[in-house]
Amino acid sequence: MTMDATRYENGSISYPGHPRGPGGSNPAETIDLSEYTAEVITWTTSTATPPGVREPNHLAIVEFDVDGESVRAIGQLTTGDVETGDTVQPVHVDELREPGAGIREPESQDWDGYRFEPV
Amino acid sequence: MERVAIIGASMTQFGQREGEWITDLLAEAGIECLGDAGVDADDVDHLYVSNMASGEFEGQTGVPNALAHDLDAMPAYTQRIDQTSSSGGAGIYAAWQSVASGASDMTLLVGGEKMTHKTTGEATDVIASLTHRAEYKTGVTLPSFAGLTARHYLERFDAPRESLAKVASKNHKNGVDNPKAQFQKEVDVETILESPIIADPLRLYDFCPITDGSAALMLCPESVAKEYTDEYVVISGIDGATDTHVVHEREDPTVMGGVVESGKGAYEMSGLGPDDIDVAELHDMFTILEFLQMEGLGFAEHGEAWKLVEEGYTERDTGELPINTSGGLKSKGHPLGASGVAQAVEIYEQLMGEAGPRQVDAETGLCCNVGGFGNCVITTIMEAAQ
Repeated sequence: MTMDATRYENGSISYPGHPRGPGGSNPAETIDLSEYTAEVITWTTSTATPPGVREPNHLAIVEFDVDGESVRAIGQLTTGDVETGDTVQPVHVDELREPGAGIREPESQDWDGYRFEPV
Repeated sequence: MERVAIIGASMTQFGQREGEWITDLLAEAGIECLGDAGVDADDVDHLYVSNMASGEFEGQTGVPNALAHDLDAMPAYTQRIDQTSSSGGAGIYAAWQSVASGASDMTLLVGGEKMTHKTTGEATDVIASLTHRAEYKTGVTLPSFAGLTARHYLERFDAPRESLAKVASKNHKNGVDNPKAQFQKEVDVETILESPIIADPLRLYDFCPITDGSAALMLCPESVAKEYTDEYVVISGIDGATDTHVVHEREDPTVMGGVVESGKGAYEMSGLGPDDIDVAELHDMFTILEFLQMEGLGFAEHGEAWKLVEEGYTERDTGELPINTSGGLKSKGHPLGASGVAQAVEIYEQLMGEAGPRQVDAETGLCCNVGGFGNCVITTIMEAAQ
C-alpha cells in the first residue's frame, strides 16, 4: 500500500495527482508519501459527521517536504491531541469510512488509506 | 451592449417547508416574481432553474420543465444550472448572458432547494459529495474545511475567536427584521461561544442551517424594462471563476482565488471598485467565509477583515459597509440553489428602497455566491437605474 503523490515534468508535486499539473505539466512519476513525515498546517475535530464516518473525526492538512519540494495533503489523524506545527507520519488503516453508508455507491468508496500519527 | 435590467424579484419563506417539494417551492417563487414584474408567463423566453441536488435530495429530476408547465410558460426554453452552493449566482450569470447576448428578451430565473426532510448527516453527505475522492474518503465535510481554515486564520493573523462570533451575532441581528428568514432571533456572542463544537474551533452558531426555500428574479434588456416600469435595477458587473477542486492544494488557505478573480472581473465590467459598494451580501455559510470574502473582494486587507468586524464597519445601521442585511445565509437560511438568487433579491430590494426595517442608504450593491469551499464563485454588482 502506498500514498501516491504525482511529480510533474516541471518538478512540482501534488497529492492527489491530476492528469495535468501546474502550468499544464505532464505527470512524470509517482512518489510514495508514506515514506515521509509531514508538518501539521492546521487541524480540526469534526463532531457532525456523515453516515459511515467515525465521530469525532480528527482531520489535518499537513505539508510534506520531498527533496525540497513541498506538497500538502489532507487526512484523518489518529488522535485529537495535536497542535499546529507538530510532525506526523502516515500509518496505514484498512478502512477510512464504512463503504455501505452514505450517498455514494459502496463499491466506489471501499477505501483503505492512511491516517497521520504524531511522531 | 445593452444593459441587463432586473424588473422583479421574489423569495418564499425560508425554513422547514414540510410536505412541500422542490417543484412546489419553485412554482411559488416563480408565480410571485411574475406578479412582481408584471410579466405574463407567455412573455418569458428563457426559464432557468438554479438547483444543486434535487435528484440526490428527493429523487426528482427534470425540474425546469416541470416549472415551465406549472407556470404555463411554454414554450419557453428551460435549463437547470448546477454549480453546487453557487448555483444561484451561476443562474444569474446564465440569465444575464441570455439577455445580454440577445437570445432572450425576458428571462425568469428561479433558484430552489428542498433539504430538511433529510437528516443533518444525510444532507451533509450530499453536500460533501462535491469533494474530490482524496478528500471525501477522509470523511471531510464542508464544515470541516471551515474548521481547518478558521484555525489557520486565527493562528496566523492573531485574530480573536470572538471576532467570528461577532459575524454570526451581527447576521442574526439583521435576520430579526427579515420576515422570510429561517431564524428571526438575536443570538449574543456569549451564546455562540458556548454552543456545541461542530468543527473545532467553530461551533454550532458559526454555521448556517439546512433550509428549504426558493427565490426568483426577472431579467430583460433595459429597453424592455422601460416598457414595464420606471424603477428597476441593472446588473453592471458580473463574473465567475474557479479555484482548485482539491482545497488543500491552494497556495494560501486563507485566500479564495475564485472570490478574487470573480470580484476583479465584476469590478472591471462595472467600472467600480470596492469603495463604491454601498451594501453587500456575502456567502456566510460559515462565519470564516465572511472574512475571506471581505478580503478577496478588497473590502479589507488580507488578514484584517476581523478588525473591521470588531470596529462595527459591517453593521447594518451604523457601519460604513453593511454586510448581509438580509441576515445572510447564517440567519436567513441556505437552500443551496436558492441562496445566490436570494442574495440578489436582497440587493434588489435595498436598491429599490423596498427593504423595510432593513433598509440602508444604497445605490450600488454586490453579492458574492460561493460554491464548494471556494471551488467556484460568482460576484455580481447591481446598481439602481439612473
